Amino acid sequence: MRWMWIDAITEYEPDKRLVAVKNVSLSEEHLHDHFAATEDRHAMPLMPNSLIVEGMAQTAGVLVGSINAFREKVVLAKIVRATIERDVLPGQSIRYDASIERLDDAGASTAGTIERLDHRHGEWEQIGRIDLIFSHIDNNMSGLEFPEHNFVFGENFRTLLRSAGMDSFCE
Amino acid sequence: MALSRDDIQDKVAEVLEEALGVDSDEIKPDATLIGDLGAESIDFLDISFQLEKAFEPDCAADRPFKIEQGELFPENVLNDAELVDNGRLTDQGMSILKEKMPHVDFAEFEADRSVSKISELFTVKTLVDFCERKLSVCAA
Repeated sequence: MRWMWIDAITEYEPDKRLVAVKNVSLSEEHLHDHFAATEDRHAMPLMPNSLIVEGMAQTAGVLVGSINAFREKVVLAKIVRATIERDVLPGQSIRYDASIERLDDAGASTAGTIERLDHRHGEWEQIGRIDLIFSHIDNNMSGLEFPEHNFVFGENFRTLLRSAGMDSFCE
Repeated sequence: MALSRDDIQDKVAEVLEEALGVDSDEIKPDATLIGDLGAESIDFLDISFQLEKAFEPDCAADRPFKIEQGELFPENVLNDAELVDNGRLTDQGMSILKEKMPHVDFAEFEADRSVSKISELFTVKTLVDFCERKLSVCAA
């Protein structure tokens, strides 16, 4: 099973843009270690920035993969830029908005913004940017062999696509 | 108006600073992208994308500044058993490399032809030459 860091796809413009959201819950175990209480302070549960980057990678990865109907294996190759200026706390939501910047046979670059929703105030605010590069590994890793089946976009991703009304990609 | 050599160098330097996270004073004409500036193979894709974006405004819409896969770094040559023998490029391999990389000066490399030294061919000057050649075709 692949660990999913987006809960739902909310907007999709084929070949251009994809938006996904994640609701951060105190029931997520890793928040209890990030950061646990110490002798000097109370616990400070925060969504780890590394997992926010992974959430953007999954959002942008679905967008890049969808361009060729998920026939190619798309993997995150480089984090070009990642700035996250505010913490995300349990009970808040994250919105990932990813757009294609460049695309060719070798890979794609994406530009993305991260927004945070504090449900007490009800307004999204931008808290960062993450720009990524994806590689189409079938075209780039000559000499290396990968499994024929697409191990990148597995059943969990298909569930996500179905719930977003993108069933045509799951047939 | 066509870009001057200095303009092209400035744009290339900006791209390298961004893509490789290096300081401007490290970007000298003879600096090698891999050995001196720390580029890895995936950085060539990043550099290609950023060069396309940087020079897009300087090209005609019907002749875009497009870098095809393998144009900057023809890695497939190195994986072909007929083109590499005992760690060195064969005559055929050398010929193909020259054809694919007209922007590179092979004078020193040709004496040794060792695949392990190919990375030394990719200098900042090589990249500027590459862009200058492409711009001469695509510039409006």
